[in-house]
Amino acid sequence: MLQNLPIPFLVLSFLTILSALYVVTSKNPVHSVLALIFTFFTISAHYVLLNAQFLAVVNLIVYAGAIMVLFLFVLMLLNLSKESEPVKSNWWGIAAAISAGSLLLIITAAFQVSGEAVAKNPVEGIGLVKALGKVLFTRFVVPFELTGILFLAAMVGAVLLGKREKAGEALISKEDSNG
Amino acid sequence: MSILNIFNQVEISHYIYLSTVLFCIGLFGVLFRRNAIILLMCIELMLNAVNLLFTAFSTYMGDADGQIFVFFIMVVAAAEAAVGLAILVLVYRNTRKTDVSFLDQLKG
Repeated sequence: MLQNLPIPFLVLSFLTILSALYVVTSKNPVHSVLALIFTFFTISAHYVLLNAQFLAVVNLIVYAGAIMVLFLFVLMLLNLSKESEPVKSNWWGIAAAISAGSLLLIITAAFQVSGEAVAKNPVEGIGLVKALGKVLFTRFVVPFELTGILFLAAMVGAVLLGKREKAGEALISKEDSNG
Repeated sequence: MSILNIFNQVEISHYIYLSTVLFCIGLFGVLFRRNAIILLMCIELMLNAVNLLFTAFSTYMGDADGQIFVFFIMVVAAAEAAVGLAILVLVYRNTRKTDVSFLDQLKG
């Protein structure tokens, strides 16, 4: 089943799964962030293979460029780059592996018994800016405007939460946080 | 247009398997790790698995709607990351820890 797949798809899938596993299992959080950035790069390469060129660039800019830099920044700010996580017992790992493996098994089995998904009519160029912009600003214009409100709310919330509290107007009072 | 004509060589079921595996890796991370930053990163990983599946279906079905949904998922992920990290900084400032098992002391 795997040997008649094209080499770029196989290599990219292998790298994606491998780096995703490293994100989860790495002890050092900085290594996790870097592996996640690498995962996003490989997913962008998948988008290029899938003819979604604009999405590939947006994925790189938004995820690898903005969100992961934010993660890295918080990680450095909190000085968590050393191995600070307490050691967990092996039972947690076994239980988590069984749960995730069961989900994988169930989804795969459900897909096996369901009907075959076939490509209907692949159209050239739907992943380019022109086609996506037409759809985004005609049929999806109301959700697009609502995302602006969502972003504003998230920005106000993040600034409010991140603001250093002054004496007297503490967001969480000291005696509660120490207890 | 593309580097290789992927429709003739890769079936969509391979993308379904790939993104299922990615999603389950992210789920394993959420269940296994305790560092709150790693938990947020695993959630991003799960969201990206869904994004990949949306894009694959959108391309194979010749419909641009799936790629628009990927935009909206990215927006929600960005907002979630910003607010989540702000909450995380606040928790760290009060407790000096980012361990989520410490948060069972929260009282309403």
